[in-house]
Parts: sequence; structure tokens; C-alpha cells
Amino acid sequence: MSESGTEDAGMLQVRIWRSGEDGGGFREYRVPRQASQTVLDVVTHVQRKLDPALAYRYACRVGMCGSCAMTVNGVSRWTCRTHVSKVAADGRLEIAPLANLPVVKDLVADMREFFDKWARAQGQFAGATTRHDAFAQVSPVSEARQAVDAGIECIGCGVCYSSCDVVAWNPDYLGPAALNRAWTLHQDERDAAQAERLRAVAGDAGCHACHTHMSCTERCPKHISPTAGIAGLKRAVAMAALKGEL
Amino acid sequence: MSARAQVLMWVGQRASAALLAICVFVHLATMIYAVRGGLTAAEILARLQGHAGWLAFYVVFVLAVAVHVPIGLRAVLGEWLGWRNAARDWVLAGFALLLLAAGLRAAFGLYGAIRGAA
Repeated sequence: MSESGTEDAGMLQVRIWRSGEDGGGFREYRVPRQASQTVLDVVTHVQRKLDPALAYRYACRVGMCGSCAMTVNGVSRWTCRTHVSKVAADGRLEIAPLANLPVVKDLVADMREFFDKWARAQGQFAGATTRHDAFAQVSPVSEARQAVDAGIECIGCGVCYSSCDVVAWNPDYLGPAALNRAWTLHQDERDAAQAERLRAVAGDAGCHACHTHMSCTERCPKHISPTAGIAGLKRAVAMAALKGEL
Repeated sequence: MSARAQVLMWVGQRASAALLAICVFVHLATMIYAVRGGLTAAEILARLQGHAGWLAFYVVFVLAVAVHVPIGLRAVLGEWLGWRNAARDWVLAGFALLLLAAGLRAAFGLYGAIRGAA
């Protein structure tokens, strides 16, 4: 495949990870360059026009569902909102599945462990009232409510989990997304499972394993800072431990 | 090890780090000051021996090291070598005692309480 010349003008050189019985490897494709083209558009072109056996995952195409995250030129990204022009200045793309997760096939990562950790971090809201009680009055300007606002827009794409060094080193680590979820619930004044949640996120596999590398914060497509939430959890859990409430 | 113990170790490492920041600064600054001032080793020893303030300073320094280093190594061993069982914690507890014993021996040696230790 030549690297220059009229033959390649307007074409992208794309390497896509394909699973195989030998462990898998990258396969090369040539994809026509389009205006306003996203990385997901490129993958879709490959699957529809060049290689129907390619497996990948997407749903909404507008940055809401968190299904289409992949590793693009070595960086985890949501592919539906990542323009080719932003990441492939030299016309080359290397697309792989998310890191730190098992691969089902090709670009499809197995998200089970990722979401199981949300449950392990006590990521479920635990209400203490019934439908017969009045609505809770939560001040929108309270510090706690604003902390919830800062972390609540997570779409569960797994970009932070895939980018986290601590997840790579410690497979038990709950990871940035699950801890961010726990943090938003910790700040929810209606939640009635605070002590259990602090216990769930404490210690070696929890918030205290975070090294504050901030890759999650750097790469979160929703501009959430899981690092900030994890730091808040570290303080809350430490206070509970010192008071003997853990 | 319980979650509470793990969290308290985390607190201990942060607290000891804060102490170490001060101790290392004082230690280095004093050392540079003394050497630039032209003091010989014998003159420095003469100032340290029998000085309760410096003894207290170095005892705190040694305590902070004995807390901080094993907890940090615990994370390194877990993350880099995958060594996460109870044996790791026992080995590191032994290492903490070794650091403590060696450090206190040096501190008391400087003070002059242990002949030939420093």
C-alpha cells in the first residue's frame, strides 16, 4: 500500500483489531475520507462495505448511550463523537477494543466486570421513603447537590476504566466510574445506605487504591472528574474509619 | 486485613508523608548549613551528642519512615508483583520493625546513649 500519491488522496489508512484463534491482530483497510467523519463512521464503513464479519458496538450515535467506546490511536475515546480530523491528522487510524476488559470479539469489550463493580461499590440508590411520602426538598445550590451535578452525567462508556493504570495493576480495583457513582450517591441526602457504601468503597480495592494519575479525568468524554469524587470518598471513608464508624 | 485497617494504613501513610516533608527539609537544610559552615564530622557529632531536641527530631523522623516506607512498598508489591496475600503484610511488618530498630539505634547512637552505634 503506497503512502502517498493520487491513489491514496482522500483515503484513510485504518488498522482495526480483529480477534482470531491465534490471539488476534490488526487488519488494514482503506476507507474514503469524508467531511465531518467520525471514527464510528469509519468502523461502520468497514463493516458495511469491506468486512461484514467485523464486530463492534454502538447504539445512539450522539454521545448518550456510552456503547461505542474504543481505543483510537492508543487513547480510549467515544467514537461517535470523535472526529477523524481530530485524531488522524496524518490520515492513519488504529482502532482497538477498550483496554482493561476482556474482548468478546474484535472491537466489542465484555463490560460485565465494569458494571459488576458499580454494584459492588453500592452504586444503587437506597431510598428510605415510599410513594406515599412527600418529595424530598433538595436545595439546588447546596454543596452536596452541586457535587452530584458535577458527577451525575456519566454515560457508562468505560473510557475512564480503560484509561486507568490502577485497574491495569489491580484487577480488583473498583475503577473510576463505579467510584464516581458511589460519590454522587454519597452526596445524595436522600440516600439511606451511606455507611454500607463507605464500607464498600474502602481500602485496597476501593478509593484508597487511586494514585491520582487523573487519566480518567483527562479522558472522560463528559468532562466529569472521577478523581475529584474519589478524593472526596477517600476523605469521607478516612473520617469514618477514624471515628470507628467503618 | 479489614477494610478499616487498610484505611487507617492509608491515613498513616499520608500523615507520615506530611511529617517526612518537614523532617527531610530540616535534615537536608541543617546538613547543607553545617557542611558549608565548615564543620567537621567530629564537630557535628559534638553538637548532636546529649542534645535532647535533636534526639526527639530524629526519633520522629525514624518513626515516620518506619510507618511510611512499608505501606508504600505494600502497594508497590501488590501492583507490580501481584503479591497481595497475608504473607506480604507479615514480611512488611518485619521490615517496619527492622527500619525502626536500625533508625532508633542510629538516633540514640548520635545522642550518645549507645556506644559505637553512630
